[in-house]
Amino acid sequence: MMGLIVEILSWILIVSGGAFTLIGAIGTLRFPDFWSRLHAASVSESAGMILLIFGMCLQAGPTLITVKLLIIGAFIIITGPTSTHAVASAALTSGETPESDEDTRKSQEGKS
Amino acid sequence: MLRTILTALTLFALWLLMSGIYKPLIVWMGVGSSVIAVYVVRRMDNAADTERLAVRLRPLTTIGYWFWLLIEIAKANWAVTKLILSPKMNLNRHLFKVPYTQKTDLGQTIFANSITLTPGTISVEVEEGDFLVHAVSYSGDDMDALSDMDRRVAAIESAGA
Repeated sequence: MMGLIVEILSWILIVSGGAFTLIGAIGTLRFPDFWSRLHAASVSESAGMILLIFGMCLQAGPTLITVKLLIIGAFIIITGPTSTHAVASAALTSGETPESDEDTRKSQEGKS
Repeated sequence: MLRTILTALTLFALWLLMSGIYKPLIVWMGVGSSVIAVYVVRRMDNAADTERLAVRLRPLTTIGYWFWLLIEIAKANWAVTKLILSPKMNLNRHLFKVPYTQKTDLGQTIFANSITLTPGTISVEVEEGDFLVHAVSYSGDDMDALSDMDRRVAAIESAGA
């Protein structure tokens, strides 16, 4: 009985983690410019990653694999934002200035 | 000296967790590699006269902060997910300055990384006393939420730091 509950819970986590990863990918395609795409990608990076790691931990049970998964999760939580910041900072330095919301509204009204 | 031994022991414990194969030969290789790693780090410490990173955080407050951050990440993820899946993407992109009050480098790094970790906001650049933050759906509440986060990160720094 306990095993069944853990199994169901872990698959809920894995499937929803996969869904968030997919949503992040969809957002990366749909969003209009570089800066908003960075935000979309961070959905797969945070929600997708955390849910998948926890789901896989439940699948692995109390083994060394769970320890490794948690260590991987901790590393991604530190390196993910750091690399996102590196990309954003590099973009700003090389002259990719973000559009202000004001300009965006005007251009969207122009298109529609 | 105590610090060196503790580092070697920590590395070896990590090695044991990662390995999972406990034959004598393999375990001795683990001992050897942790000793070599510590030796190399010591040598690099001597060669580059940089300051050591001092980790001075309140342990319990830090753990509490992580749970709070996890909930914030969940909420922000939901908001950005709705934005991605809505047919009309009502983006409100904005680049704005967020002041930080942390005194240590580590505290500022934790704050900046927390901003980036919550979807919807990315810390772009560090300036004197401010972070440049880019938001995908900016609203007036963002400023309050971020200064609340700033307060919480400043609270996990210990007073001595």
